[in-house]
Amino acid sequence: MCLAVPMKVTEIVDGTAVCEVDGVRRAGSLMMLDDVSVGDYVLLHAGFAIEKIDPEEAQKTLEVFREVLDAGLLPE
Amino acid sequence: MKYASEFRDPQLAKGLLAAIEQAVADYPGRMTLMEVCGTHTMSIYQHGIRALLPKQIRLISGPGCPVCVTPIGYVDRAVAYARQPDVIIATFGDMLRVPGSTSSLLHEQALGAQIKIVYSPLDAVALAEKHPQKKVIFLGVGFETTAPTIAGSIVTAKQRGLKHYFVLAANKTMPTPMAALTADPELKVDGYICPAHVSAVIGADAYRPLTEQFKVPCVVTGFEPLDMLRGIQLLAQQVLSGRAEVENEYQRIVKPQGNAKAQALLTKVFEPCDTDWRGIGAIPGSGLKIRADYAAFDAEVQLPATVEEPKEHQGCLCGEILKGKITPKECPLFRKACTPENPVGACMVSSEGTCAAEYKYGTD
Ligand code: SF4
Repeated sequence: MCLAVPMKVTEIVDGTAVCEVDGVRRAGSLMMLDDVSVGDYVLLHAGFAIEKIDPEEAQKTLEVFREVLDAGLLPE
Repeated sequence: MKYASEFRDPQLAKGLLAAIEQAVADYPGRMTLMEVCGTHTMSIYQHGIRALLPKQIRLISGPGCPVCVTPIGYVDRAVAYARQPDVIIATFGDMLRVPGSTSSLLHEQALGAQIKIVYSPLDAVALAEKHPQKKVIFLGVGFETTAPTIAGSIVTAKQRGLKHYFVLAANKTMPTPMAALTADPELKVDGYICPAHVSAVIGADAYRPLTEQFKVPCVVTGFEPLDMLRGIQLLAQQVLSGRAEVENEYQRIVKPQGNAKAQALLTKVFEPCDTDWRGIGAIPGSGLKIRADYAAFDAEVQLPATVEEPKEHQGCLCGEILKGKITPKECPLFRKACTPENPVGACMVSSEGTCAAEYKYGTD
């Protein structure tokens, strides 16, 4: 029941974001978030956008995974 | 799916696994890491993570499946309300099959009770608007991820002047039971995989008391397989070097202070209270109750009900499962008397329950 999914905001009407992922659309109340714009990714949980996804941090985390992989490939 | 599929890359997973193996290669014992959150449990089973890890690392599941820790008396009260002819129960789907003392909501539905599954507490408010003659009662379970959404529904109902929308609240909060488990001498947890989306609301800093007082390492990680492996790697490194810190692998979502607006919404409507965890017992200050200002929406305050004496099911070892002391296979009822079709305990009901996950994916 705690499943929250990252979705893209495609429209904002009256404090509610229309969010989309893989062709599925859902309404997300923006009661808990400020500064959400069309094109942002948000975490949608039980009809509410609970947090924005930070694209830079996502990139940095993926970078770390790549570094771990590269470190393992180095000859001892 | 953006922000999901990138975090499932098999090549990168191999890199993380190799790093974990290398790190613990000379570790003489076994370290016990607890994933507190039910969605982590599900992900571990779904991606077969246990089987991939070196034998020095043992993963155990904790009490973070909200349906599983909801006391039987709560289900009994919901059943009692469902039997009242002017009531519509609105609930998340996984509460339906949870066995109460003698009935379940699913059973009551078959007998004609009006029970509607909703995706959001706001859908329950909409349901109340559609049915002005009825009392709509939303079953408020869940941790800090869900509690603000329920608070949001109460605030919305108040704004719209609804007098027949109620919440039966049994919400619980997270870091407290982790402290209780850490203090349990029978259970030696070497590190916590902290809940992901609970942390989005409460913030990674919420685990500092655990690292500072109890010296147990805490890592906040996401639910995707790479997130989880990275979290395990960070925990293993902390255990090996004798550190106990809060590390946050899930920075794309979780901030040190969490979501202040969500916290404000939560505390506007709820205040802390003592509460019972099914199978674990009472944990002071680990529950949420509706504040007096919003008592008009509190089902327990407003709506009387004749509730039967709670009776736990003989032989169910959910309590031991929720404390991470045994695995489902060690329960004599597992796969025999207890199946997802006919669950004896709540751990077999929710897809996030450890027994249900073991039943569906289990290979340990
Ligand atoms: S298998 Fe069923 S009876 Fe046994 S602990 Fe799990 S839920 Fe309870």
